[in-house]
Amino acid sequence: MREYLEGSIAVARAVKLCRPGVISAYPITPQTHIVEELASLTASSQLKTEFINVESEHSAASVVLGSLAAGVRAYTASSSQGLLLMGEVLYNIAGLRLPLVLTCANRAVSAPLSIWNDHQDSEALRDSGVIQLYAENIQEVVDLHLFAYRLAEDPRILLPVMVCMDGFVLTHAYESVDLPEQDQVDEFLPPLELIEKLDPFKPLSMGIVADARFYMETRYAIQETMKECLVIMPELKKDFNKAFNRDIKIFIEEYYMEDAEKVLVTRGSVAGTVKDVVDEMRAEGQKVGMLKIISYRPFPAEAIYNALKDLYAVGVLDRAISLGSWGPMYTEIKALFHGKDKFPKISGFIGGLGQRDITRDNIRDMYDKLDWGEVPCEFINLNREFLIGARKYT
Amino acid sequence: MEKHLLAPGHAMCAGCGQSIAARIVIDEAGPETIISNATGCLEVSTSLLPTSSWEVPWIHSLFENTAAVAAGIEAALKHTGKLDRVKVIAQAGDGGTADIGLQALSGMWERGHDVLYVCYDNSAYMNTGVQRSSLTPYCASTTTSPPGECSMGNPHREKDMIKIAAAHHIPYVATASVGFPRDLRRKVKKALDIKGPKYLQIFVPCPLGWRHETKYTYKIGRLVVETGLLPLVEYENGELASVRKIKEVKKVDEYLKLQRRFSHLFKGTEECRTELENIQSLADRNIEHYDLLLK
Repeated sequence: MREYLEGSIAVARAVKLCRPGVISAYPITPQTHIVEELASLTASSQLKTEFINVESEHSAASVVLGSLAAGVRAYTASSSQGLLLMGEVLYNIAGLRLPLVLTCANRAVSAPLSIWNDHQDSEALRDSGVIQLYAENIQEVVDLHLFAYRLAEDPRILLPVMVCMDGFVLTHAYESVDLPEQDQVDEFLPPLELIEKLDPFKPLSMGIVADARFYMETRYAIQETMKECLVIMPELKKDFNKAFNRDIKIFIEEYYMEDAEKVLVTRGSVAGTVKDVVDEMRAEGQKVGMLKIISYRPFPAEAIYNALKDLYAVGVLDRAISLGSWGPMYTEIKALFHGKDKFPKISGFIGGLGQRDITRDNIRDMYDKLDWGEVPCEFINLNREFLIGARKYT
Repeated sequence: MEKHLLAPGHAMCAGCGQSIAARIVIDEAGPETIISNATGCLEVSTSLLPTSSWEVPWIHSLFENTAAVAAGIEAALKHTGKLDRVKVIAQAGDGGTADIGLQALSGMWERGHDVLYVCYDNSAYMNTGVQRSSLTPYCASTTTSPPGECSMGNPHREKDMIKIAAAHHIPYVATASVGFPRDLRRKVKKALDIKGPKYLQIFVPCPLGWRHETKYTYKIGRLVVETGLLPLVEYENGELASVRKIKEVKKVDEYLKLQRRFSHLFKGTEECRTELENIQSLADRNIEHYDLLLK
């Protein structure tokens, strides 16, 4: 059924359709509307779940960890500082191979304090063993949550999945959304059946000490699973498309790439603006295109290589930065061309930190700059006036 | 031979008070129990891959989140209708409880989860090599509170976790000691018969960290109570419900002398005498406050 919904409400409705038995969360802007709606659905008994209001994000992640270890589907959500506070636990959940689904309402990281949107928070958890999927719009957010539960709980995978949605830009925006019916979701997503769980009839010890003989193999196993995701996700996508009668994208989305010469690589909601600019520039006869990364972990390197290899120039727009290095997505895309016969010129741009606007003009500028030499890490839309004394703001 | 739910073959030290207490706790609780265990001595020495001593479902997640993990397990059992049958125990050392895990523990108490939280108090971070915690007693020598020219050991009194727990109005809070195993058994059983959050803090001597002979674990576990340094108390719904009376009060010197962590207090100096008097007065105050004397 199509409904006109706020992004956060749409997420809550999608999560409700997945029937989590335990939800635990701690308030942080811009995640709050999601869990408020879930609390309200629980209070009105539209959702049968244990809703646990905890005293920190660390405990929120720990409560859902406990619930999943006991074999019950769970959900949590956070942003920014909250996500970082969960960080230790999220590493642990991945290592324990527990199929958590969580939402990251992407937000900048303090200091200085900013409640506004960029990708620095989820980027900080890039290496944790958590699968990361980034949405461009609210429909994608809904679809990726439904997909995330099936993906996380697939017995071949059993890893946490984080759906990343831009704070405010998606969490607080309204869109017409197609939410599936409960029976469709039930068919796509069967009840969670973990073989290994805390069960007095089959006692087992979880989370035990692994010395140098065993630890590395556990990391290797997660790495292998991440690689296997690249095969398994298309299978699950077929089931998804059949169950919900639509065609979702899971790794990348290509926009006017067939004959493009210059392409911007993006992630999240800014892809929408970039698409508009591509439309304008195409109308002017410029051969530009866009590549959107949806699955960041696992990183679909082969698909990205194939999409970009014949191009003249590529710009990678990161909304996060590895301070002291370059944009993280830029670095990865640059790296995947190492030693290859074909490679485009690749430039890196940093934009939209703390929700600085990325305007149409900014996007045009980036396309224009691709005609010049390569730049590894160019900040766009910097306010020169405020650079003087910027160290003092913190 | 009686089958224990904490199987032998683990790596805990000879004379370890915690290993005795932990075995008593799980044996009293029985097989239909799920344990959430914090990082610490008990965890690392009972679960080294590929072995485990636990005959019940058991999980170790992290250091500070034991109470929250237990809350999640309890919520899952509630959701699936199994909470009437299956008990949940969270267990940690004093560092995992009174320091790094206190926030999550307070949250678990406040929300009223049906979980028994057991703190095995060996009064320092033993797993990492005897560093002081907020339950390390006054003047005790640890590797991070060593005595020296300008130090008489740990400069602070231990936190009163019992009153902190009782202030959460939870149905049951108690102290116990491995020196009083029958009392410990009774308290575990009683706690598990009560719905809601329970806190049990068990005094467990650590021969390695306290530097006492292994044969004195039981004796030290009795002396700490008989001196008044550890009142054995029970709080119900925030109110003091019972105290274990002392027949014949012992002086604190008798307790302290058995442990080399206090040996710097017996050098005969004026400062030593003052500190010994201070420790004696802590015991005396407990005796008075809890009316511990059997009259």
